[in-house]
Amino acid sequence: MKRDLLLFAGFSLLVMMAPQFFRGSYLMNVLVFVGINTMLAIALNLLLGYAGQISLGHAGFFGLGAYVSGIMTTTFSVNPWVAMPVAAIVVGGLAFLIGFPILKLKGHYLAMATLGLGIIFYITFNETYEWTGGPSGLSEIPNLQVGGIIFNSDVKNFYLIWGVTLAVMLFALNLANSRVGRALRAVHDSEIAAQVLGVNARLLKVQIFALSAIICSLAGSLYAHTMTFISPTSFGFNFSIELLTMVVIGGLGSIYGSFLGAALLTLLPEILRGANDYDIVIYGGLLVVMVMYMPGGLVRGISALYRKFVKQKPETGHA
Amino acid sequence: MNIKVMNVVIAAVTLLFSANVFAAAPIKIGALFAVTGPAAFLGEPERKSAEMVVNEINRAGGVKGRKLELVVYDTSGDATKAVQLATKLIKDDRVVAIIGPSTTGETMAVIPVAERGKIPLISCSAGSKITYPVKKWIFKTAQNDALAVGRIYDYLQKTRQTKVSILTVSDGFGASGREQLKSQAAKYGITVVSDDTYGPKDTDMTAQLTRIRGSHSQAIICWGTNPGPALVAKNVRQLGIKTPLFMSHGVSSKKFIELAGDAAEGVKLPSGKVVVADLLPGSDKQKKSLMAFVKDYQKHYNKEGDHFGGHAWDAVMLIRNAVNNGASSAAGIRDQLEKTRGFAGIGGTFNYSTTDHAGLGKDAFVLVEVKNKDWMIVK
Amino acid sequence: MQFDQILQYTLSGLSTGAIYALIGIGFSIIYNATGIINFAQGEFVMLGGLFTLSCLEFLKLPLWAAIPCAIAASTLVGILFERLAIRPLKQPTPINLVIITIGGSILIRGIAMLVWGKDTHSVPPFSGDTPIAIGGATILPQHLWIFAITLIIIFLNKVYFYHTISGKAMRACSYNRRAAGLVGIDVRRMVLFSFIISSAMGAVAGIIIAPLTMTAYDVGVMLGLKGFCAAIIGGMSSGLSTVIGGLILGVLESLGAGLISSGYKDAIAFIILLLILFIRPQGLFGKSNSERV
Repeated sequence: MKRDLLLFAGFSLLVMMAPQFFRGSYLMNVLVFVGINTMLAIALNLLLGYAGQISLGHAGFFGLGAYVSGIMTTTFSVNPWVAMPVAAIVVGGLAFLIGFPILKLKGHYLAMATLGLGIIFYITFNETYEWTGGPSGLSEIPNLQVGGIIFNSDVKNFYLIWGVTLAVMLFALNLANSRVGRALRAVHDSEIAAQVLGVNARLLKVQIFALSAIICSLAGSLYAHTMTFISPTSFGFNFSIELLTMVVIGGLGSIYGSFLGAALLTLLPEILRGANDYDIVIYGGLLVVMVMYMPGGLVRGISALYRKFVKQKPETGHA
Repeated sequence: MNIKVMNVVIAAVTLLFSANVFAAAPIKIGALFAVTGPAAFLGEPERKSAEMVVNEINRAGGVKGRKLELVVYDTSGDATKAVQLATKLIKDDRVVAIIGPSTTGETMAVIPVAERGKIPLISCSAGSKITYPVKKWIFKTAQNDALAVGRIYDYLQKTRQTKVSILTVSDGFGASGREQLKSQAAKYGITVVSDDTYGPKDTDMTAQLTRIRGSHSQAIICWGTNPGPALVAKNVRQLGIKTPLFMSHGVSSKKFIELAGDAAEGVKLPSGKVVVADLLPGSDKQKKSLMAFVKDYQKHYNKEGDHFGGHAWDAVMLIRNAVNNGASSAAGIRDQLEKTRGFAGIGGTFNYSTTDHAGLGKDAFVLVEVKNKDWMIVK
Repeated sequence: MQFDQILQYTLSGLSTGAIYALIGIGFSIIYNATGIINFAQGEFVMLGGLFTLSCLEFLKLPLWAAIPCAIAASTLVGILFERLAIRPLKQPTPINLVIITIGGSILIRGIAMLVWGKDTHSVPPFSGDTPIAIGGATILPQHLWIFAITLIIIFLNKVYFYHTISGKAMRACSYNRRAAGLVGIDVRRMVLFSFIISSAMGAVAGIIIAPLTMTAYDVGVMLGLKGFCAAIIGGMSSGLSTVIGGLILGVLESLGAGLISSGYKDAIAFIILLLILFIRPQGLFGKSNSERV
């Protein structure tokens, strides 16, 4: 436990120092999005890695958070700090209600249902143009503001987003090591066995689904207020798939893995930028190769490499 | 390949030694185009045209002895990426002006970045809200959708047709067209009797068209970009609908005629003058620019240039003119852009002012009809 | 008039539905043999159409020769995909397999974009495009081809799975892979077979639909999704119920667009799909299995 805290403190320190190196460069801007994607990947990881329930529709919750926040602050001139929790409650509540019927499904049926859910959200964003601005998007969403500080530059946004991201990470790490986390893993391994042991598997799954949606909504609100513009294309099926890829590439059930996956998939297009039209081919190829050679995800892959080349003796205990 | 590398090395070395003597550092212009993804039909010709015209300008000795350098990034039509790349252009590449993005959504997302960075941005997308209200640093070259809609409604009014059905694609382009089609109808004494949409990836529109057939309209207006409208034209033919079919300027390229085949015959649409450049009378102010663009494009890419590429061509030329008039900083270019008067480009004749950053009038569009697999101007 | 409209909606829906069905069967065959949801299935639809185009335009083959060539070429891609990406996988957990098929589909789509460009291409119809009137509705000769070929494929499927040794072996794999291995069935070969069959079927779907809808490097995504839906409604069977699933989906979309709202037509289809799943979590036709603990 102490080691975990130390690790987290070290990680936070590293993150907070990043602006010193990248200030003034556009990479600052990319790192803001790494933060948002990390939050989303953790949200999905809680559901997929811990509770073992797949979702191909998480971009929908992300979008819903962004739109509720966006519409409240533009059309109704609500303070963004009020709009954000309202959005989270709305999205969380909705997820809780949908969770009961949808999480009854298993395997590919669950995949299909969540996928459908995501598409229904997407179509709704597109079609309710009186509210959302439709495909042309919603613009002039206000920035967040604390006292006299307006969060409108990359550096300020970096601290804002990463402040929240680190809080989400800490929360997720604690959750994973708590009673709930253990119950979740029991559900993951065998739902029936968990139920026998007195875990209310169904309620637990729905709760974690709602929690996951709330984190997505929070990320969505932050996205809306930092970008100041949102349009449905950011919240489509492709993005749900990208999130799933982040989680799996990073490593199922690993919070730091979610960060690595999010960082890799957000930075990769930047690295491949020079390859022009070939970037999509390289991107696809890398996904295939990575799953082939690091099937357990980056975190496990890297620590396996570490053990292989640095420490010769096999390590026991957790990876 | 080796010769190319050698050339670069020589060029670099020469530049290193001559930079101080001639002080001819290139003028860096950034460009954001959706070269891949769903809006690639816009981004691809835009990138090609921009690269082509920058090369031509440099070959002719640059502007005031300075070369232009174009930095192009692909946004793949994604607003988030567009914002990141705009930031990159401003902070890392330190460009003095930005051309693009290709779509209205991306442009709206990028506007705050350009305004904050105090860099002039010439958008290649059509949405009227980009320059209305006027924003200090934001200009655009693409014709407003309102003008295209006006062109069709003008014609309908003249031919006394008052009931129209509209069928628009559910993306930014279609949504903007749909809004204009509905809001301008009353002004021309036209009623929209049915209003349908289709998805950008839909493969069959017979359901919507069957509904339209039941609505007894006098004209069908379809607003979308390839390949959707070609499918609509084919489906109209399949269903035997005889109502005249109108399209948007989104399909004013030979590609549409090629895709829709026989079904394209008789379709009318408002178009930039580029597709009918050779049919224009010699008195047309734009003819010279249009012919130059068409000829160059054919020469470079062995393909017909379209008016999407024209938006980027216009943007580069506008910046060139601004530099020619003595501007070299971002602020200088902005001020000179605003003073542009009577520039006859591909999209139309541009007259920017402090109250108008779109700069085009109704003459930007002509109504054309497909006849014998080619365009004819409708009088 | 109203009746004519309904007839038109239904006919249009059935023809799109037949395509969804073919793609859906492709999903089911691979799923049953391997437990993989092959997200690259849609890409074979794209490949079918584009290979046909290349055969017609560059090799100057007549249509009757271009089609088998295109099917063969797409199938070859399917074989390569199985050999290079699926078989070498060290930890074939379901989620890894999902990601690898997603990666594979991005890769195939990217290469197709480089080979065929970003433009949409039109493919000539098999036998003219003079509309045929049925009651008050009209269809094209190509629609008849679609119905006929779908029927033939369903029939061939039935024959293969129930009357040939390798078909029966594949069914055995889908019931219990380990047991199938124990009785001497080469399970890995069956996996390869399933990829061959479903990539060929995807290609056929792509070829027969291309003259109607045109084709481009990115048509596979949406069609793949719809095919997946069809397979789910049909309870992941490789037979008639997936076909019915596809037809239901096609007709729902068409009726939704015509009678309710064209903007929400996909949402309507998905809402009905969700309701079906909520009421019958094992698909409309799936038999409910008792869960193994």
